[in-house]
Amino acid sequence: MTSGITKYLFAGFGGQGVLFIGKVMAQAAMLAKRQVTWIPAYGPEMRGGTANCSVIISNKRIGSPTVGKPDIALVMNEASYQKFIASVVPGGTLYVNSSIVPDLQGRDDIKIVRVPVNDIAHEIGEAKVANIVMLGVIQALTPTLEDEILIKALVELAGKKPELADLNSRAFKAGIEYAQKHF
Amino acid sequence: MAMLMKGNEAIAEAAIQAGCRLFYGYPITPSTEIPEYMSKKMKSSGGTYLQAESEVAAINMVYGAGAVGERVMTGTSSPGFSLMQEGLSYLFAAEIPCVIVDVMRSGPGLGGLGPTQADYFQLTKGGGHGDYHSIVLAPASVQEMVDLTKEAFDIADYYRNLVIVAVDGILGQMMEPVEFPPYQGRKLSPKTWAASGAEGRPKNNVISYYLTPDLGESENLRWGQKISLMKESEQRFSEYLMDDAEFAFVAFGTSARITETAVDMLREEGLKVGLFRPVSLWPFPEKGLSARLPQIKGWMSVELSSGQMVEDVKLIVNGQAPVGLCKRQGGMTPEPEEVVDAFKKQMLGRGQG
Repeated sequence: MTSGITKYLFAGFGGQGVLFIGKVMAQAAMLAKRQVTWIPAYGPEMRGGTANCSVIISNKRIGSPTVGKPDIALVMNEASYQKFIASVVPGGTLYVNSSIVPDLQGRDDIKIVRVPVNDIAHEIGEAKVANIVMLGVIQALTPTLEDEILIKALVELAGKKPELADLNSRAFKAGIEYAQKHF
Repeated sequence: MAMLMKGNEAIAEAAIQAGCRLFYGYPITPSTEIPEYMSKKMKSSGGTYLQAESEVAAINMVYGAGAVGERVMTGTSSPGFSLMQEGLSYLFAAEIPCVIVDVMRSGPGLGGLGPTQADYFQLTKGGGHGDYHSIVLAPASVQEMVDLTKEAFDIADYYRNLVIVAVDGILGQMMEPVEFPPYQGRKLSPKTWAASGAEGRPKNNVISYYLTPDLGESENLRWGQKISLMKESEQRFSEYLMDDAEFAFVAFGTSARITETAVDMLREEGLKVGLFRPVSLWPFPEKGLSARLPQIKGWMSVELSSGQMVEDVKLIVNGQAPVGLCKRQGGMTPEPEEVVDAFKKQMLGRGQG
């Protein structure tokens, strides 16, 4: 992160929207005129019901687009936690969906942030925005881009559905508020 | 204005912008977004998307459409590309321009879905029968996938030859910001050879057979001259920090991207290394690589295969310096750190490799 390059990994079940929040980050980075790459896991993992994508945001030209050791990782389910906790770079941050991932063996050399995003999403009234809530938490604690740029990206990716853009913006802000209150 | 696009989608959009109005294909991971995009956009662009019953059918549909002079494309991935090899040989002999995309996935056999570059031999040496060559372009970013796809149609028409755009699964699936600037194409002759309807003119035959050996030889010699011309004129490469380099990597596509980061890491340690990136795999950019021979003490090919391109590198280096190899296979990619370690071990004789 110090060298102006941030590597992200977003992982979870298919349907939890991890590819989407990767796209939001990528879209926002592009709007902010940063260099960016987004790669989905497209192989057999997809067939196993889990999904992940990696995103790199950089101030300079991006060489390797693969992310072996993310600075910031998000795991939305237990399988992803088990698979990726070891890969986070020392000093990095692991965001965990504590609504469904139990308090498992952690690591001392990374920061682990547990947030019950499914429950927060329920309170908003829409279970499927748990991913966006987590994006808000990530934005509050380890921001790479401006809040406004991310909201703009959220709105753009909602396409011609203003109600979706509104819902996503509320979920994003709920995530930011939760993080400010609890961390 | 820049937009985020997957490499596969960017290739499809670039093809439509280059005037391709016919696409035939059979979906296969990790190339499926190409036919998917075409199925969505081709009709509104005034063209036709057709899902063939197999890759064998698709390449022969390409033959038919190309023979009447239309800009035509197919896209597939390695096992499908294998099925097309007979068609490639026929397309070359009939001198039908067309563009084929191979989004490589790991083999041999049904293999896996992971990224690879192990079709290199098949792409560059010819997987079909007979003395033929396809021009093979290997972009390393989504933007370059756009630029080279547009150019591929012009090159195909210019030489009346097949042009292959070869990427791996990562480039096909990756999104990067991309732009579609207006394209200033080559000046091209009208396709007077096409079997496009003979009213008012003598008929054209677009065929690939000759029944007598003497005609067979003269045709092969004529094609040989075209191959020589393409080899002379179409070599492309890109260099990264080569001017003061004492050691050089050779890598294309995704492995070039990974290697670029490895070069940065080695430079931070004060080592004078650079990257020579072939953009055309055939013709291999031997002129560009040869020009660097006097200054380079050691070469290292970085490949997602058992080491295929390294044979071409060795041919050109011709014993003047050691040539190493850093590789991953079967759908795996090396981390930049692995490339750094392999370099230190093989080129400097130290480190754990």
